[in-house]
Amino acid sequence: MVAAVLAESVAGDAKIVVKKFSVHYGAYTALSGVNLAVARNEIFSIVGPANAGKTSFLRVLNRMDALTSGMRYEGTVRFDGHDIRKWRNLYALRRRIGVVFPLPVGLPLSVFDNVAMAPRLRGVRHRDELEEIVERCLRRAALWGEVKDRLTALGSLLSGGQQQRLTIARALSQDPELLLLDEFSIAIDPVTTMKIEDVLLELKKEMTIIMVTNLVQQARRISDRMAFFHKGRCVEVGETAAMFDGDVRDEQTLDYLRGRFG
Amino acid sequence: MFQATALNRRNARIETGMRVAYLGMTLMLIVPVLLVLGVLIDKGAPALSWEFLTEVPLKGMTEGGIFPALMGTVALVLVALLASVPVGVAAAIYLSEYAPNTWLTRLVNLAIINLAGVPSIVHALFGVGAFVMFFGFGTSILAASLTLAVMTLPVVIVSTRESLRAVPQEFREACWTLGATRWQTIWRIVLPNAISGILTGVILEVSRTVGETAPIMFTGAAFFLPFLPQSVFDQTMAMSLHLFVISTQVPDVPEALPYAVALALIAVVLVMNAASIAFRVVLRRRKKW
Repeated sequence: MVAAVLAESVAGDAKIVVKKFSVHYGAYTALSGVNLAVARNEIFSIVGPANAGKTSFLRVLNRMDALTSGMRYEGTVRFDGHDIRKWRNLYALRRRIGVVFPLPVGLPLSVFDNVAMAPRLRGVRHRDELEEIVERCLRRAALWGEVKDRLTALGSLLSGGQQQRLTIARALSQDPELLLLDEFSIAIDPVTTMKIEDVLLELKKEMTIIMVTNLVQQARRISDRMAFFHKGRCVEVGETAAMFDGDVRDEQTLDYLRGRFG
Repeated sequence: MFQATALNRRNARIETGMRVAYLGMTLMLIVPVLLVLGVLIDKGAPALSWEFLTEVPLKGMTEGGIFPALMGTVALVLVALLASVPVGVAAAIYLSEYAPNTWLTRLVNLAIINLAGVPSIVHALFGVGAFVMFFGFGTSILAASLTLAVMTLPVVIVSTRESLRAVPQEFREACWTLGATRWQTIWRIVLPNAISGILTGVILEVSRTVGETAPIMFTGAAFFLPFLPQSVFDQTMAMSLHLFVISTQVPDVPEALPYAVALALIAVVLVMNAASIAFRVVLRRRKKW
């Protein structure tokens, strides 16, 4: 009931509303008991130890369960008020959602083609227009300066950190309404991480961001609200600042946030 | 100073032993190939000449050349490839990229592997029943090539499927999250990265097809037919059958002749393979990860 109230509090302008949600792989339940809402133009972070079901949650939001053998979810997820289970054209749904994976996946294409892929998929053909999109997205991902002279080089030959920013640029090239970041800073150095965090704070004016992170401090720095997942359950959801100040319902949450987890 | 323990020394000895054993096995593979080639070149090369390749057989196949058989083999292989590669690659794409992992898919996969183990003479009988008689192609290049195509289909499917599976799943997922359909993902990402493996399968298929005798002798290859086929509905001579015939069925064939035919047969395989290897090298230079 508390969760329902929380969901109500942002329901007026919610981008995502999740109710009675669970994820299953065959007979194995990866995550259950999730009720939460994500407001438009906020950064919502999900923290929790390994195996908490964080990634599974993200994968359902863009309906990757439909492409994964044995994976299914129960409950409802509403995107702009529409149930994503009833969404007819999942490709259209996925085009509105940008995704950044924990380990960088530079597609085996040139840097340019990596970023131009999503625009091409949605029908952008003019070279000028593509060049403009590619430059804008690479600049935003703090990568333009390093790759502007080698846009034809293979994306997969960039360094790990550069590839990660390339995948961020690629996600941005979709002009997403919702950006999903799954531990985006694993493969990049702290300086770049900070740069990208600044970028995210800029981006939230235009889109909603849901971020899974292992870095509690990262969640603290940039997220408006957060959820704590643990052992396949959503333990609680709340305002980031308040939760770090100790306003939690479950002691486990505070232990985790304070780094006293055993 | 570091002192090697007894265990260190033992490990080093085993290491050396294994290296030598593996090297020995590899050499044992190469030796028979070199011996075969050596014998063929030694005995067959004197009979090889431009005329041998461009003239028809004469005097009950004891003299003259192998031109109709050479052209017939090339035609059989090309028609077989035209039939089996599109079907095989499409089936492999379905099995690797689309098929859900159900008992039916596993059964199909198992069936394909078993199909590869069916003896070629059984395929020949199938070809007679299906293509020669049921479809009414008669004994013809078309019937023989389709029989060869059916026979080599498992090779194409398995090698294509494996090279598709070798493309990292992350690439597909990254592509899907951009909103690409399965087909867009296959066309833009998966196929370009699997093409060299697919061509390897085609090379294997060519090698096998060129040498096969049983599947074509009832379905389209002629004993003696000293002119070129005019269409795919004609019969043709083929080098493999020709070699069998002059080695066993015809009296008074000069000793060098079968060796020369065998050498030419191997040369055809090498030339056809060289073409697809060259293509593969070009593609591999563009390999992306």
